[in-house]
Amino acid sequence: MDGEVKTVSADNSERSELIPILQEVQETEGFLSEKSLEKISKSLNISQTEIYAVATFYSQFKFTPPARHKIKICLGTACHVKGGEKVLEAVKRTLKLENEDTTPDLEYSVERVACIGCCALAPCATIDDHVYAKLTPNKIQHIITEMEG
Amino acid sequence: MMNLDKLREQALQEWKEIKYPKIPIITVGSATCGRAAGALDVLSAIKTKLEENSIQARVFEVGCIGMCYGEVMIEVTLSSTPPILYHQVNTDIAQKIIEEHLLHNKILVNHVLGTRDHLKYEGINPFSEHPFFKNQVRIALRNCGIIDPENINHYLANEGYKGIEKALSLNPIEVIEEIKKSGLRGRGGGGFPTGTKWDFCYKSDSDKKYLICNADEGDPGAFMDRSLLEGDPHSVLEGMLIGAYAIGANEGYIYVRAEYPLAITRLKIAIKQMEEVGLLGDSILGSNFSFKVKIKEGAGAFVCGEETALIASIEGKRGMPRSRPPFPAEKGLWEKPTIINNVETLANVSAILIKDAEWYSSYGTDNSKGTKTFALAGKVNHTGLIEVPMGMTLNNIIFNIGGGIPHDKKFKAVQTGGPSGGCIPSTELDLPVDYDSLASVGSIMGSGGMVVMDEETCMVDIARYFLDFTQKESCGKCVPCRLGTKQLLLMLEKITQGKGEMQDLTLLYNLAEKVKSGSLCGLGQTAPNPILTTLKYFRDEYILHIQDKVCPAKVCKNLIYFKIDPDKCKACALCFKACPVNAIKGAVKQVHVIEQDKCIKCGVCLEVCPPKFNAVLKLSGEEEPKNE
Ligand SMILES: Cc1cc2nc3c(=O)[nH]c(=O)nc-3n(C[C@H](O)[C@H](O)[C@H](O)COP(=O)(O)O)c2cc1C
Ligand code: FES
Repeated sequence: MDGEVKTVSADNSERSELIPILQEVQETEGFLSEKSLEKISKSLNISQTEIYAVATFYSQFKFTPPARHKIKICLGTACHVKGGEKVLEAVKRTLKLENEDTTPDLEYSVERVACIGCCALAPCATIDDHVYAKLTPNKIQHIITEMEG
Repeated sequence: MMNLDKLREQALQEWKEIKYPKIPIITVGSATCGRAAGALDVLSAIKTKLEENSIQARVFEVGCIGMCYGEVMIEVTLSSTPPILYHQVNTDIAQKIIEEHLLHNKILVNHVLGTRDHLKYEGINPFSEHPFFKNQVRIALRNCGIIDPENINHYLANEGYKGIEKALSLNPIEVIEEIKKSGLRGRGGGGFPTGTKWDFCYKSDSDKKYLICNADEGDPGAFMDRSLLEGDPHSVLEGMLIGAYAIGANEGYIYVRAEYPLAITRLKIAIKQMEEVGLLGDSILGSNFSFKVKIKEGAGAFVCGEETALIASIEGKRGMPRSRPPFPAEKGLWEKPTIINNVETLANVSAILIKDAEWYSSYGTDNSKGTKTFALAGKVNHTGLIEVPMGMTLNNIIFNIGGGIPHDKKFKAVQTGGPSGGCIPSTELDLPVDYDSLASVGSIMGSGGMVVMDEETCMVDIARYFLDFTQKESCGKCVPCRLGTKQLLLMLEKITQGKGEMQDLTLLYNLAEKVKSGSLCGLGQTAPNPILTTLKYFRDEYILHIQDKVCPAKVCKNLIYFKIDPDKCKACALCFKACPVNAIKGAVKQVHVIEQDKCIKCGVCLEVCPPKFNAVLKLSGEEEPKNE
């Protein structure tokens, strides 16, 4: 770093703006690019290392471009008890994903989340903004194959 | 001092027009759970149908009434009939309801849940007599599913903001005394007496103090706070006003999980409405109390629900907890005295000030006053959001309110307190639900997750599941939690994979005790609870996994296999076509056989085999068939 980094005083309200700004950038750009981090660092006067340290702590922040369709499989307690893991496996199998969580063509990403608040309809998942309830491996397989067209 | 009399008068008028309407009123439960079941489609189907028939009616959305298993729920009130609540409504049924009920004054009896407001009508019972509601006492959830959460008038008409009016007529010490007298304890998990905590903060001398509402709700099997914020945000905000006045704070934050977009939207609307009528800002209701509130969205870290980590996160840092003391009530946000209260705690605060401490403390047990909400889920018939007086037995909650276990399966355990709690076996079903009783069996009250498990739930796998969660969420600051949870997880994985040894059980127990005593914050201190309780109550299941290589619930993949019963198989080819790895041999009219070395145990064959054939078996322990 250029040595110009000032430490922001403890009650500096600018510092508390860091996370909301990161959230806003991710909301509009889909992820936190190196370029936007550089910009944020300059405008808030917080070193980039420090921004990385904060951003990587929170699972919300992504550093690679998002896929076109985001599949989120709920593995909250209720969904786990009702077989959510099998649903996740079926999604990964259908999309031919192993350890990675995004397809190479950036069409789909798969993420596990904890309780989306529809425990009564477990197991559930969301694809983009739509909630799918009472899933089974076979059902989700069909939903995805259909999306792929 | 100004009061809200004039506004309330208008609000009451508006409310009266809903209760005794000239034109039909239709409400649709459209919180997250309702939406997942299709509430928004139902809503637009209703609107279309009304338009087609040129019917004048008022349609609005309400929050969650708690009966998630009955979604979508709608309520119809006509000038000629009392409010009728329908459940399990889809778009077709909704249109039929309009047709029959609105046009022909005929109630669709098959879909009726009951009448509202204790009215019996033409043989239809009040829904409050339904077993799901009969034993509930709704204090925090008093307005959820009843009022339009985006309309401040609905809240005002239901005694809303009478609590802050009362508070402002008292001095802060009197308010704190009232809360102390009510016996209210924090609903965020810790159960610390709210009034006492406020007293500490009140006595901390400082030019600046903060009040924070903790709406991070991290328990992965719970959604009480979300429902409350979606269904009645004003009750929580009123609680914040009262708390802030009592401790002397003039600034507040609501820290909400980013995964709760609808709750955030509704909070923003509510805050704006409060500003408009002078319930936020300078000189609230003409008093010398000023307060403003900001929303902070969480960024996805379970540990940020812990109060010191939450403060770090608001300050824009990594959300790491620090050791206490000093407690936030002395040194919190930006080193200033800060009170952090849970969403449900605050909704109770407003209820207590609206009525009084004596009324509140008439519910509950000696050491646990009032009510508690629970997100009832898992293997239980009536899943949903409930609120019961403290001290109700688990048995009553699960079998009367919850309606028992589906498909006549056997109850095995109930998990309370999420990743910090424990699994309680059937022998303890008579346990009254309060802070002390739950602790006495090694679990905790927690924030209110209650997941029911039956014979098909593997207790070793459940312990592994929770450790997998806590291990991932451990912030890494202290060693016992960071490394301990990892080692515990590895041991549990070994056992569920059928590679465990008997000595692992001792090791597991000893390490669990060490992580519990040595961790810095509540996350690590409670993470071993799921292991300790399952070891205590379900040791035989661990031993079966280790010695017999059997998973009695048939969950652990390495210990089960699938087989097609040749006597039952009708060679319909369904499983054969569905198998994702082509592990099933056979052809039409030729009995199917699973090739064990290809099988990945995904269970799809079992799922697609028609129930009338029931030919696919899931087995554990019996000798595995050889490939032919
Ligand atoms: C790991 C961890 C996670 C927590 N998560 C939450 C949470 O999601 N919501 C909450 O209100 N309290 C949570 N708490 C408890 C808070 O630290 C704090 O005790 C509580 O918000 C105080 O409010 P109350 O007194 O009204 O209960 C958590 C504690 C720990 C240790
Ligand atoms: S556990 Fe999946 S929605 Fe709650």
